[in-house]
Amino acid sequence: MSIDQIIPALPEIFVACMIMALLMLGVFQKGALADQDVKSFRLISGLSVGVLGLTILLVVMLADRQLMAFNNMFVVDGFATYAKVLVLIASGCAIVLSAGYMERNGVARFEYAVLVVFATLGMMMMISANDLISLYMGLEMQSLSLYVIASFQRDDQRSTEAGLKYFVLGALASGMLLYGASMVYGFSGTTNFSVLADLLKGGTPSVGLVVGIVFVVAGLAFKVSAVPFHMWTPDVYEGAPTPVTAFFAVAPKIAALALFTRVMMEPFGEAADSWRQVIIFISVASMILGAVAAVAQKNIKRLMAYSSIGHVGYALIGLCVANETGVRGILVYLAIYLVMNVGAFACILCMKRGDRMVEQISDLAGMSKTHPTIAFAFLVFMFSMAGVPPLAGFFAKLYIFWAAVDAGLMAVAIIGVLTSVIGAFYYLRIVRVMYFEDAEDPLDAGVSRELKILIGVTAFIICFFFIQPNLILEPAAAAAKALLAG
Amino acid sequence: MIVEALAFYMFAFIAVAAGVLVISSKNPVHSVLFLILAFFNSAGLFVLLGAEFLAMILVVVYVGAVAVLFMFVVMMLDINFTELRSGFLQYLPLGGLVGLILLAEMVVVAGGWQSIAGGAKLAEAAAPIVKSTSNTHALGEIVYTHYVYLFQAAGLILLVAMIGAIVLTHRRRTGVKRQRIADQNARGTDTVEVRKVEVGKGI
Repeated sequence: MSIDQIIPALPEIFVACMIMALLMLGVFQKGALADQDVKSFRLISGLSVGVLGLTILLVVMLADRQLMAFNNMFVVDGFATYAKVLVLIASGCAIVLSAGYMERNGVARFEYAVLVVFATLGMMMMISANDLISLYMGLEMQSLSLYVIASFQRDDQRSTEAGLKYFVLGALASGMLLYGASMVYGFSGTTNFSVLADLLKGGTPSVGLVVGIVFVVAGLAFKVSAVPFHMWTPDVYEGAPTPVTAFFAVAPKIAALALFTRVMMEPFGEAADSWRQVIIFISVASMILGAVAAVAQKNIKRLMAYSSIGHVGYALIGLCVANETGVRGILVYLAIYLVMNVGAFACILCMKRGDRMVEQISDLAGMSKTHPTIAFAFLVFMFSMAGVPPLAGFFAKLYIFWAAVDAGLMAVAIIGVLTSVIGAFYYLRIVRVMYFEDAEDPLDAGVSRELKILIGVTAFIICFFFIQPNLILEPAAAAAKALLAG
Repeated sequence: MIVEALAFYMFAFIAVAAGVLVISSKNPVHSVLFLILAFFNSAGLFVLLGAEFLAMILVVVYVGAVAVLFMFVVMMLDINFTELRSGFLQYLPLGGLVGLILLAEMVVVAGGWQSIAGGAKLAEAAAPIVKSTSNTHALGEIVYTHYVYLFQAAGLILLVAMIGAIVLTHRRRTGVKRQRIADQNARGTDTVEVRKVEVGKGI
């Protein structure tokens, strides 16, 4: 094997080596002195963010063309680059978001940042997978790290319960995915995406292959928490520590949706007519459930869980379309979804009272008086999620619905518009509580600097996206083109 | 030929019978012993297939390590296995029904078994039967050359599992005196005082 074979995986290799270096550093630093937990947590978190930043540079440097590595099991193309940059930004933000919370709750241990970077490595492997086996390896690395950080607050019953639930259901989903992969292998004789695409080019796939594809879809739908495989989401989001929930809502979703898109478009793209109805069902059901079930929620983290289920439904419309505009729609949606969610969770992390985190929607009452700027930013994020123009969330939905209408999927687009109207109800309810209800017991005043910066930057992007939409639109279009060309 | 067939049926029959006994025996220690029997017979099947390396690995790893580990778990954990089994009959009808439906579906799918044109050739190419190389050599080439990426990834996944287990269960105990050699070496002479003691008096 020559060195050219390894070059495409350079960012992943760099991350893997850095993880081990950080792990050693953390262990030895902690061992040197007693009660160094918080100090080593800060150091390792800071360094992890630096590593993720450097990795973005490495990823972008390799962006120019399609490269394969390791016997075509690993692929780097424009699509992978775009998705990886999003995932790396999301993970970096998640680590920054967790700093204050972890220290206040006495769970500041350096392994947290290490596990987040591990999960990120898994996501990068998922995005670059060009084989069902490498897909599974990446997925498991990501999932195992996520199970652990879901129960990171191990003395808290809800957190451990969330981790256990996620683990058991995640293992089941992995089993389904593997079963589907074995069927695909049995009926086609290969697990490689490129070879599968060539095989499917002529003629219709056999029944067994379609059954295999459907099982793979079921496994992946679980990972993106699409209906009917969404049951774990509200419980895990509610139970996990808030910054972990913020991480769950963003990075793994982006990675899994990118993976979903690649699997459906690249190896099985020629068989689109066989699986389109399944994706349409998943997408419509997610949109409806995300809109309707969220109405009755009282806990803001549960509400965000249902909201993310809805968003996945919208993004999957792009997959129903299964062409270049559809994929571009998904990619634009993911980028804007990332910004909205990081901002919204940063606002949620500001909700504390007497050094305790509060998570009920009613606790937001009177926020416009105690924290006017943060309340305004929260309002921007909620309006954007509801899809109010001219905020970015509106454009995200616009490009998706546009693609659907273009491809003649009128019914799906209409359902999408209707559910986003229903969804607007609960987003606006949060705004009403913040602005028109008086607080009996106001929230604490102090907000850390990192949170303020994150909220400011994300709110700025959401507000002024419409001035320069090409900054996201053009890379997304190029990435979609790269995926369809490969 | 007849010897080979007889050996196959012997190994296969004992492996399946031992498997049934693993889940049906009342005493968990007996279950583990039957499991070891099943492992041994599966190893025999591997030898018949000409996969001697896998056969040895099965005996060394599964019988030597995993079964012993199971034995430890069974003996150390106080689990009431009869209680665990108590719901078995209650769930049997429903479970059986689900199993039957799944079986029928599998038959439908397998009935339509039809590999994609050119697929069968691909499957053969994935694991060519080469007479000239030994088992170990061929396995090494697959694991460390063709699938080196997956091999390394699997290693990293195991590392995640290890970190996870430590993060979730390790607690620092208080009140434990640790030896710090650096501190001991850094002690000055002021901590020791030399006194002259008169005979028969004490301090």
